[in-house]
Amino acid sequence: MKDLRIKKHPILGEAKFGKKITIFVDGKKFSAYEGEMIASALYAKGIRKLRATSKFKEPRGIFCAIGRCTDCVMTVNGVPNIRTCITPVQSGMRVKTQKGLGKWKK
Amino acid sequence: MEEVMVVGGGPAGLCAAIESARYGVKVILIDENDMPGGQLFKQIHRFFGSAQHRAGIRGYDIGNSLLSESEKLGVRVLLNTVVWGIFQDNFLGIKTEKETKILQAKKIVVGTGALENPLAFPGWTLPGVMGAGAAQTMMNIQRVLPGKRILMIGSGNVGLIVSYQLLQAGAKVVALVEALPKISGYLVHAAKISRAGVQILTSHTIVKADGKGEVKKAVIAKIDENFKMIKGTEKEIKVDLVCIAVGLRPLDELCWMAGCQFTYIPSLGGFIPLHSRDMETTVSGIYVAGDVSGIEEASTAIEEGKLAGIAIAESLGYISKKEAEEKKELSWESLRELRLGSFGEGRQKTKDLILKQYNSLHKM
Repeated sequence: MKDLRIKKHPILGEAKFGKKITIFVDGKKFSAYEGEMIASALYAKGIRKLRATSKFKEPRGIFCAIGRCTDCVMTVNGVPNIRTCITPVQSGMRVKTQKGLGKWKK
Repeated sequence: MEEVMVVGGGPAGLCAAIESARYGVKVILIDENDMPGGQLFKQIHRFFGSAQHRAGIRGYDIGNSLLSESEKLGVRVLLNTVVWGIFQDNFLGIKTEKETKILQAKKIVVGTGALENPLAFPGWTLPGVMGAGAAQTMMNIQRVLPGKRILMIGSGNVGLIVSYQLLQAGAKVVALVEALPKISGYLVHAAKISRAGVQILTSHTIVKADGKGEVKKAVIAKIDENFKMIKGTEKEIKVDLVCIAVGLRPLDELCWMAGCQFTYIPSLGGFIPLHSRDMETTVSGIYVAGDVSGIEEASTAIEEGKLAGIAIAESLGYISKKEAEEKKELSWESLRELRLGSFGEGRQKTKDLILKQYNSLHKM
């Protein structure tokens, strides 16, 4: 399966990824490395659509990657509108593709 | 009451904190991220300029040396902390992971940096269209290749350098389009990617990005001198990532909220808070440094941060006017050097204009 992680880099050298952990993306088991941001862990495996807009259900993904534009928000552990480009993965975390403004877990 | 609070731990904020702490000022540096350094850590290229401006040193090495210096000087750093508001008499509203509170400081430095400009075209909201800086963060910090076949929009230094870094990371930059009839950034960078096989197309633009659910292709076309597309020149290219490098704008919300006076200078990124030679805004006790005071480079941000730091140490009585003047003169001289040449001259002029407007308000 494709993995876009850059293991070797001519300037930065060998990548030091953290411990391999399991998170859940839309209910499915998903492998990531400690220290990675949610959005980049997903992107590495080809998941680029992170949410759908409220009105037109258009796909959105990473745009600024520094937590400013909010295009990458998803529902994380039941909390909607989490900026996944600056939120690190945690073992057992539940990440959900967000529809519109999302819903708080009751 | 705190002595100094610095908002933003990039090169400007770090240097403001370091410089004032050097003279004994108690500084709190606040940053939203889990590590200070701002965008320095994704700059894997060697900086330009002269040795005195750390030319030849890669951005992340500068970042590391600033971090260790601030640590040595005892700068208190609050990470994962968002500044959500600024109020009269130098109150800052902050939110940590656990709580929200209000802090007051004698002096505040706003070193919030900048945000990349978007560019609207059909398909620009598709996943697979992102800022060039975003792509840089992805590959150099996150170590994830943002795309395999890339279309870069914009031939300024960001577009040129990020194109090169994409090549270094193993991607193919299919084309770089520039709406102007000539390359905007340093020719040395353009030559480098050109030699590596990237075609740089001036007087070209993106017509659309396309693909079901994410970018799969893009259409580019030639444009005339009025920036209108020339019919029949459209060309479809297979790409999975479109990068936008069309400039930045200051992240100046806190300055607006504080009631600072602004001026509008498109070449510096738009609305710019007026500031003195000491980097103080029109609101007494609130300073700016780095991109928030006009889009430039990390090297100028470092000097502006220093200036704010020295000026603060002086006004809090930690150093004499004479000593401060001597130190500031070094930074002013350094800034003058950084703003020389065909690329720097324009910035020097606009910065002079800002100073003139500031001084006319203060009738100095």
